[in-house]
Amino acid sequence: MIYPDSKSLLEVRGLRATVNGIEILKGIDLTVRSGEVHAIMGTNGSGKSTFAKVLAGHTAYEVTGGTVLFEGKNLFELAPEERARAGVFLAFQYPIEIPGVANNQFLRLTYNTVQTQRGKDELDPLEFDDFVREKMKMLEMSPDFLDRSVNAGFSGGEKKRNEILQMALLEPRLAILDETDSGLDIDALRIVANGVNQLATRDNATILVTHYQRLLNYIVPDYVHVMESGRIIKTGGKQLALELESHGYDWVSSEQRAAAGA
Amino acid sequence: MSVATASGYLESLLQGRAQLPISPLAWLNRLRAEAVERVGALRVPTTHDEDWRFTDISSLTKLPFQPVHAASPLQTAEAERFYLEPATIRLVFVDGMYAPQLSTQVPGAAGDSGIVVTHLSAAVSAHATTLESHLGRHAEFCNNAFTALNTAFLHDGALIIVPRDVAVDMPVHLLFIATQKEAASYPRCLLIAESGSAVTVIEDYVALQQGVYVTNAVTEIALADNAHVNHIRVQRDSGQAFHIADCAVSLARASRYQSTSIALGARISRYNLNVQLAGEGAECAVDGLALITERQLADTHTCIDHIKPHGSSRQLHKCIVDGAAHAVFNGKIMVRPGAQLTDSVQSSRNLLLSGRAHVDTKPQLEIFADDVKCAHGATVGQLDSEEVFYLKSRGLSEMTARNLLTYAFGAEIIERIPVSSLRHRLKQTVLEHTQRN
Ligand SMILES: Nc1ncnc2c1ncn2[C@@H]1O[C@H](COP(=O)(O)OP(=O)(O)OP(=O)(O)O)[C@@H](O)[C@H]1O
Ligand SMILES: [Mg+2]
Repeated sequence: MIYPDSKSLLEVRGLRATVNGIEILKGIDLTVRSGEVHAIMGTNGSGKSTFAKVLAGHTAYEVTGGTVLFEGKNLFELAPEERARAGVFLAFQYPIEIPGVANNQFLRLTYNTVQTQRGKDELDPLEFDDFVREKMKMLEMSPDFLDRSVNAGFSGGEKKRNEILQMALLEPRLAILDETDSGLDIDALRIVANGVNQLATRDNATILVTHYQRLLNYIVPDYVHVMESGRIIKTGGKQLALELESHGYDWVSSEQRAAAGA
Repeated sequence: MSVATASGYLESLLQGRAQLPISPLAWLNRLRAEAVERVGALRVPTTHDEDWRFTDISSLTKLPFQPVHAASPLQTAEAERFYLEPATIRLVFVDGMYAPQLSTQVPGAAGDSGIVVTHLSAAVSAHATTLESHLGRHAEFCNNAFTALNTAFLHDGALIIVPRDVAVDMPVHLLFIATQKEAASYPRCLLIAESGSAVTVIEDYVALQQGVYVTNAVTEIALADNAHVNHIRVQRDSGQAFHIADCAVSLARASRYQSTSIALGARISRYNLNVQLAGEGAECAVDGLALITERQLADTHTCIDHIKPHGSSRQLHKCIVDGAAHAVFNGKIMVRPGAQLTDSVQSSRNLLLSGRAHVDTKPQLEIFADDVKCAHGATVGQLDSEEVFYLKSRGLSEMTARNLLTYAFGAEIIERIPVSSLRHRLKQTVLEHTQRN
């Protein structure tokens, strides 16, 4: 929701990034204030996941220009784990499988690490078990997933739910959900969307990367951005997603070209 | 190192035999004498020997290791920390010598079943015929200088006999404690699982303190029809020690052998495991984990020999190598012409944690039957950077992320140990190990 006096959470200015020497992000500008929900849409390969991973601090990407301020501080001065502790959370488009690390052990470790950082008390295994089961209920996830290795052998949709479970535990300031909806069945989409909505407060913000209008029926965006070739080429309200749905991306691109030509 | 001095070295080691008591069993004296003769004919292997290509043990020959003859007066308080909970049937050997004050008797309930867990020299009269048909019959010493040496010193050791159809619930813990520097010990174990029996045995090598010594161990395991043996071997010798061991296992029809061997200690260790699937439908699972650092070398040579039809073997060997350590794995799978319908899977997975760490892994398949299923593979890699990033993106530090992944890599093997207290202890060891770095 847009609040008139909200403070800025994320300020991206002219962000450029390369991978293996190839420029993928070519000058991104984006401002996210607390309380807001932003949707980023765009064609395959336009750089949405790259943008998300650059914000999370993935070392495969080199930032070659621009600035990003998170709560007024230079985000690039923080290591990935420091960003996570400061409240940046990325739900991966393709969550990583980690065989041999039990999900409950992993979840507790991350939860306690972040809690400690925020000056709060850790939970012991028993307390944590109660706590995490409560969160899993909200996502209608079976507790069986606690005993399995992190994401190992999880179905596509189960992995996505596990990402949102982590988000629910870590309570980030800024959540970036990279195609969390893809791979979810219709019921799961509703459940996960409800979960995300419940986590939304006046003090945090969400960036949804998605290809589908359907998700935006559940999680209503305040802004919709269209990304192409490493830039945000159009920004609008939730209406824009509907227009994209009926006209396709070509419509935005040609409009852009026309504008550029004019 | 010249061959002449090397063979002279082996003979110098034999001097310690002078104090060995003569056995009342004529065949045992003969066996020892044959072994002495073989020691005379063999030499310390060098890296020119194919089987020792990567493992240079010339540093061993710099010290005249001799067996200890006076039992160390080790007290319970010092040995206790190596005991396993809950109760086990425990035999303790200190510097190779049986320590009755630290060992336990087979408890009442298990005792009624007729299970024998004792030290060899106490068993010579009661079990002479059983001993004669097994002792020295499985672990071949003809071409193995170290096994020959061990046999030349054969006097005491652990003996386990599980009678027909008896399943022993309580694990047997064979604990070998090294206490003295420059000592040589020659541990010997014989496990006989009669038909339909089941037992879990933990062979555990530990050190009271850091020091240079040599453990030269030989274990023989015979499984009769339908027997089931779970054999766990933990080598946590002193980081300066030499550990050389040979284990020979023979499986009769439809028997099942599960082995988990963990190598953590020793400056140089070498473990030979030979498993013969000599009966139809025999089954084995052979897993291993070497976790080494600094300048350690851990060499594991296994041979799984399929002799009869319908056998199956599954092997997963893992090495976690840090510092300038060096791991060697040579896994031979032999499928003889008579072993049709063999099903065999072997996998060697290796994790290098530093730029100076090194691994040599070599699967070796020799298949002489046509209707078989054999799969094998080997990987050598570092920690997966995507996995590390994923963990960091959840707030874990680089070090915690790396430790967790390293631990997970090793835990897969440790998870297979059926004794929870040992599993727990080993996990702790792996965590401490990874946290050091
Ligand atoms: N490691 C890499 N090496 C080479 N090219 C890469 C690498 N990572 C990303 N790219 C390229 O960068 C471009 C943007 O990729 P990105 O994953 O950000 O797209 P996306 O907008 O998320 O697409 P999708 O909608 O398919 O998820 C693509 O052309 C991709 O091939
Ligand atoms: Mg993407």
